[in-house]
Amino acid sequence: MNTSPDVILGIETSCDETAAAVVSADPGADSGRVLSNVVLSQLDDHAPYGGVVPEIAARAHLKHLDGLVRRALAEAGVVLRDLSGIAATAGPGLIGGVMVGVMTAKAMAAVTGKPFLAVNHLEGHALTARLTDGVAFPYLLLLVSGGHCQLLAVEGVGRYRRLGTTIDDAVGEAFDKAAKLLGLGYPGGPLMEKAAAQGTNNDRFELPAPMKGRPGCDFSFSGLKTAVRRHVETLGGSPGPQDVADIALSFHRAVGDSLVDRVARAMTLFRDAHPDGATLVVAGGVAANKVLRARLSDLCDRRGFRFVAPPLALCTDNAAMIAWAGLERLRLGLVDDLDFAPRPRWPLDPHAAAVPFAGVKA
Amino acid sequence: MATAPPPHSFDLPDEAATAALAARLGALLRRGDMVALRGDLGAGKTAFARALIRSRTGPGEEVPSPTFTLVQTYDSDPPLWHFDLYRLSGPDEVVELGWEEVRTEGCALVEWPDRLGPLLPPDRFDVELTVTGPTARRAVISGHGRCAARLGDLA
Repeated sequence: MNTSPDVILGIETSCDETAAAVVSADPGADSGRVLSNVVLSQLDDHAPYGGVVPEIAARAHLKHLDGLVRRALAEAGVVLRDLSGIAATAGPGLIGGVMVGVMTAKAMAAVTGKPFLAVNHLEGHALTARLTDGVAFPYLLLLVSGGHCQLLAVEGVGRYRRLGTTIDDAVGEAFDKAAKLLGLGYPGGPLMEKAAAQGTNNDRFELPAPMKGRPGCDFSFSGLKTAVRRHVETLGGSPGPQDVADIALSFHRAVGDSLVDRVARAMTLFRDAHPDGATLVVAGGVAANKVLRARLSDLCDRRGFRFVAPPLALCTDNAAMIAWAGLERLRLGLVDDLDFAPRPRWPLDPHAAAVPFAGVKA
Repeated sequence: MATAPPPHSFDLPDEAATAALAARLGALLRRGDMVALRGDLGAGKTAFARALIRSRTGPGEEVPSPTFTLVQTYDSDPPLWHFDLYRLSGPDEVVELGWEEVRTEGCALVEWPDRLGPLLPPDRFDVELTVTGPTARRAVISGHGRCAARLGDLA
C-alpha cells in the first residue's frame, strides 16, 4: 500500500493573476496542506484605474509563469521528481492566458512523465473547503466574487448542481461599481465596508434588496448599482462623508438581505435533495466582508448549518485550489490526455437550465 | 469629409421599451458591424446589450455582465461578441481579446468603446444612453459610414 503523500503542482492563468502553488495530502486524508502559494498580485498598480486592470496579454502570463513555478517549488521544498501530478486551470477564462498555463503544465508533464490534470477554475473554488477544512460531500456552496455569484450543491468531485446564479452583475462587481459611484476607489469591497463602519443611519437611503421574496435562488445586483447612482445624483453628485457612510451601510443591508433570502431558499432545496447535508461553504473574495459573513453565519445558526469560509488567500483566485482540485481528480484516476483543449466557456453544471432573464459567469 | 448624419433620439419609459429598441437595432446588424454603447455607470448599457443579444439568440439566452470576463461570445448568425473594455488600459489589449476576428466574422457590441482609440471602426452604430427617471432612459442612436443608411429602418 502506498503511504507517501500526493504532491501536486497547480498553475492558474485564467484570470487577472498569474499563480503557482504546491499542495500535498496523505493517502485517504480528508484535507490537505498548502506547501506554497505564490500569486503575482498587482493591486497597487491597478488602483489608479478605479478597477483591476487584467493581465490579459498571454505574454504577461508567459513572462512570469516560469519564475513563479520555480518559486512555488522552492518554497515547498520539492523538486519535479517529487510531484505526483501537474494541474492547470484549463477554463473558463480568457483563452490566451489559459493556453499559457495549460501548455506549461503539459510540457512539464511530458518531460517528467507525470500525470496532467486539467482543472475547471470554478471547481477549484468549489473544492477549496475540503483542502482547508476537510468538508465532506455534499455541501451547499455560495461562490461570491468579482466575477461570480452562484449557489451550487457540491455532491462530489465533478458533480455540481447549480441552484442559482446572477442574472446580471456579480456581488463583487456591485461593490466595485457602487464604490466607484461614491468616489471611494478600488477595491470596492474593503472600502465600502470601511465606509459602512462610520454609518449611523441605514434608513436614510432606501435601497432595494434585489430578488428578495422572489421564487428560485437567482441573484440580481444591477438595480442596486442604479439605485446608488440615483441617491448620489439626488445629493447633487457630491455626497459628503456621512452620506457615503450611510449609503454604504444601506448597501450592506440590501446585499445582506438579498444573500440571506437567496441562500435560505437554496438551503431548503439542498435539504430536500440531501436530508443529511448540513454545511454552507462561502468562497470568493466577498467572503472576506465581515458584515456579510455575520449575516450568513447567523442564517446558518438559525437553520442548523455549519458555516465554513476558507481563509481569504484561498478564497480569491489562487493556484493552491487548482492543485487541490487536481489532487482530488488524481485520486479518482481522472487524469487528462496531453491533447486536452482549453475551454473558454466551461460551466460546472452543464445541465443547468438557462434561467429566463439570467446570465451565468462561466 | 462627410458630416455625421443626424442622430435618432428615443425616449424610453421603461425596460420593455428599451428592450424593444435594442431588438430593432439588433435586426439591422450584419457581419462586421459594431455597436458602440456609451453612458455612465448604471445607465443601462449591459441591459441594452442583453436585450439585443436575446433578440438574435433567443429569450432564454444567459447574458452575464462582461465586466469581469471582458468578452462574452454568442453563437448567433453572425456571432455576437459582447465586450466591456472598462478594465482595459488601451487598444493593444483589445487586440488580445480577438478584435480582428470579430471584425471579420461577427458583430461587436462594445461597452466603454473609448478604450478602442484608433481601432474604433468608421462603420458603426453609436448608442448613447442617459438616465431620465427611475426606469426611463433616453437613447440617442447614430449610424456612421456604411451603417448610416440603414438607420432609417429603426424608427
